[in-house]
Amino acid sequence: MSAIHLGPWDLMAAALLILLDAALSIGPRLGVHRQILVAAVRMVIQLSIVGLVLRAVFAGASAGATAAVILFMVVAAAREVATRPRQRLHGHMNYRIAGAVVACAGFATVLLALTTAVRPTPWYDPRYAIPLMGIVLGSVLNAASLALDGILDGIVRERGRIEAQLALGTPLRTAIAPLVRGAIRRGMIPVANRMSAAGIITLPGIMTGQLLAGMDPVDAVKYQILLMFLLAGASALASVGAALLAVRALSDERQRLRLDRMRR
Amino acid sequence: MLLFSKPYRNLKDDESMRHQDQPGPGGTASGRIPLLSVRDLRSDFGGPFNFDLHGGECIAIQGPSGAGKSVLLRMLADLDPHEGEATLDGRPRTSMPAPAWRSQVVYQAAEPAWWEDTAGAHFTAAQRTFVDATLGALGLDAAMLAAPLERLSTGERQRLALLRSLAGAPRVLLLDEPTAALDPDSVARAETLLTDCLARGMAIIIVTHAEAQARRMADRVFCLDGGKLIVR
Repeated sequence: MSAIHLGPWDLMAAALLILLDAALSIGPRLGVHRQILVAAVRMVIQLSIVGLVLRAVFAGASAGATAAVILFMVVAAAREVATRPRQRLHGHMNYRIAGAVVACAGFATVLLALTTAVRPTPWYDPRYAIPLMGIVLGSVLNAASLALDGILDGIVRERGRIEAQLALGTPLRTAIAPLVRGAIRRGMIPVANRMSAAGIITLPGIMTGQLLAGMDPVDAVKYQILLMFLLAGASALASVGAALLAVRALSDERQRLRLDRMRR
Repeated sequence: MLLFSKPYRNLKDDESMRHQDQPGPGGTASGRIPLLSVRDLRSDFGGPFNFDLHGGECIAIQGPSGAGKSVLLRMLADLDPHEGEATLDGRPRTSMPAPAWRSQVVYQAAEPAWWEDTAGAHFTAAQRTFVDATLGALGLDAAMLAAPLERLSTGERQRLALLRSLAGAPRVLLLDEPTAALDPDSVARAETLLTDCLARGMAIIIVTHAEAQARRMADRVFCLDGGKLIVR
């Protein structure tokens, strides 16, 4: 593979665009120049740290360091999922649901890929495990937060209708099924969009990266297809998990709706 | 309006209401097993509640707004968490799945919710015979079943909700202000229908602000205040 290396001056040229953005904002008083500059600086610092950390981890190729990086990524993704919905549950249930869903969906799909399709040696080779986990977690984050937000909002909004059915002897599972289906569908929309748009409307990120890194397009496409399948699987696991765990958290063994477990 | 003679009135139950430290399980004066028996039912808002309700009997519950009348009904329907036990025909609630209990002890909220577009869609095919036979008794007509629910008046929806609650043939009916939105003629029709159900062995607990309705319908009238049921 022959990637063209970027020097500091190459980046400086692109940084001019950021200054142009800021200037554009100051002119018509959009008031976003500060935000853009802060975000740009933050992005540069964040990515630089990541680059340095990954270089060290890749060089060491130790299982411990790889696990630490992946764990950090999982926790960060779970935190995002937990804090996204407007509704919060008692007893840090948001965090527990998010943690369980993100960890299960992420590990299940990445381990599947590492042991069947990609098969690096050792199987936990950080050069494969970490980027795979990263892209899978991105999808899981999207799916789980949309599904969790959807189901929690739906239960609050439809409380009267659900309880009216419960009061007539309808099992909770039946009464709440349309909401669960809706929430799962919501969680799956981003990955469905990405799959149908892939290649025609957008060149997916991984493929772009590999093309820039000099990989043969057909090989890059194969990787991208594998990834899309992984993302679809992970999104489904995350959506279903988030919706079902939220229903479990908001109901009890007598099939009651327990909105008292939600913080106002 | 036709009033059926009350088949059952038991002062002893009222006694055990006042002395709630002495629950008298099962054996009442008549020796019959009560249809609904409530023992030490309580939650944060009040209790313990102890009373028996026999088939054909109606209890009215009155009391100031916010006293927890609806919460008590929801507890009886097992829709809210609580402590204590309730039995139906001597069978403890905990021995049956919650949906089985709720289909026999049906709670109708003060503002009944609908989850389909038309009232008709809420009934099963098996319930249609009952629905068609009973519409008239409530002054409703069949066209209302197919109309979009938001086009019906509050009173029409409330009568349809009563029909929906009755369609499942519950043993005990827990009604929260079931005639609040009705004109006097419709109130009379609803009461006649309910009295009919009582005569056929159903038991009813009705929460009502209307003093006169409580007197017309109920064998016993309780007042819920400060988390306690007091015999009127």
